[in-house]
Amino acid sequence: MKNILQSIYSYLDSRFMLSGLIQFAKKKKVPEHKHSFWYYFGGICLFLFILQVLTGILLLLYYSPSVNSAHESIIFIMSQVKFGWLMRSVHSWSANILIAAIFIHMFSSFFLKAYRSPRELTWITGFFLLLVFLAFGFSGYLLPWNELSFFATRVGTDIAGTLPLIGKHIKTFILGGTDVTGATISRFFWLHIGILPLLTVMILGIHVLLVQTLGMSKPIGIPENKVKEVPFFPNFILKDSLGWMLMLAIIGVLCVFFPWEIGQKADPFAATPIGIKPEWYFCFMFSTLKIIPAHIFSIEGEMIALFGFMIGGLLWMLVPFLDRNAAKERRSPFFSVMGWIVLLYIVVMTAVTYLLPGL
Amino acid sequence: MNRRKFIDLFLGGSLIGTFIAFLYPTISYLLPTKQIEVVIKKITAARLGELAPNTSKIFKFGTSPGILINTSDGELRAFSAICTHLTCTVIYEEDTGTILCPCHNGRFDLGGNVVSGPPPAPLESYNVEISGEDIVVSKKG
Repeated sequence: MKNILQSIYSYLDSRFMLSGLIQFAKKKKVPEHKHSFWYYFGGICLFLFILQVLTGILLLLYYSPSVNSAHESIIFIMSQVKFGWLMRSVHSWSANILIAAIFIHMFSSFFLKAYRSPRELTWITGFFLLLVFLAFGFSGYLLPWNELSFFATRVGTDIAGTLPLIGKHIKTFILGGTDVTGATISRFFWLHIGILPLLTVMILGIHVLLVQTLGMSKPIGIPENKVKEVPFFPNFILKDSLGWMLMLAIIGVLCVFFPWEIGQKADPFAATPIGIKPEWYFCFMFSTLKIIPAHIFSIEGEMIALFGFMIGGLLWMLVPFLDRNAAKERRSPFFSVMGWIVLLYIVVMTAVTYLLPGL
Repeated sequence: MNRRKFIDLFLGGSLIGTFIAFLYPTISYLLPTKQIEVVIKKITAARLGELAPNTSKIFKFGTSPGILINTSDGELRAFSAICTHLTCTVIYEEDTGTILCPCHNGRFDLGGNVVSGPPPAPLESYNVEISGEDIVVSKKG
């Protein structure tokens, strides 16, 4: 038996060069220090993405992307299909937890200054992955065609429409017309299951390749000889898989006790429901749009807010090139403080959406 | 021009030409096809007596919603129900006698003017007239 397995392995090894990969995994080391905990969020993001792909493929079997059948197919999945409620709830819950995990992964990398040379491209590809996953969330939110998602899409695409010169064209392109209609569902579905997964695989491939080739970043200030290292395989990967199992257990409990809601079918001619708000990860922008004055120096408030977010996002993406101290392995408290301000802003504005709905 | 340069230019140009030949139809395919929109200038929004004082109704005005309000004084007013901020559909708030956009809490008075919140412009107001048993709403101008 052992001989058969050995010959199968040899056959595959000579064609796929497996021993090279195993040697690489065995040689690869992961630094271990008091902040090592944060390393596991990258793996958790990857695991949740795999879960998204698997449950998404299963949902495709029954979901139908049209105005007359989208909501009905979700009701069918939730009420008629065996374990349909579980598949959809796992998809929705893990999508939300994935975005939270990406935020945690991003901020922990930021505060540990993991973006510094030579990992600038790892940071930038990570930033693009955040944008792609926000687009996943936005496009997936409309697919059940309920009233909350309908108005969230209207507001979201209208924000894009406020951009000078190209805004209207972008809005028309995204919506497939001038308003949220059946054409919008088709486009969002196309984005959600075609374009965005393709982009994710490409960017994620580069991101993971960079992590593998450059290794994990060590925090600034820890002397090279004082950092303990553990083998990536099997030590780190075993701890990583423990985190994945924990995530799966949390998602399972959430799905059983809080199955994802279906909502009311969207009616374009109904009034917007009171207390409407977007998914939690867009709430900080939502609250900003709520409190910003209609005009600031005769410029429309929402346009200023939009430009603010765009410039903020651009600076955030370019931080490896702006933080010159970190690039020279020196502490950079200014950027740490900036990071805390951004984090505080996001947390406070998100809390405001839920705690002060009448603001 | 020597033969090598000519071949480089010829092949390079062919490659760019082929790329554009694929790009143009692809972009055209991705852009939404223009739909013929029927412009409606007048519509029966409700039947007379359908709305009690201090209540409202959302009605279909072509492809977008309008709001018809019977004020507490029994006066009929009609507006586009699309908020001028980020296009949510507004509602009439009976307690305050104002029009509210629930998305970002923009508030309008019964003349459609902005009272508070982020909307940058007033709601588009419509003419309201009674024609027999019908309340007819029409666009101004």
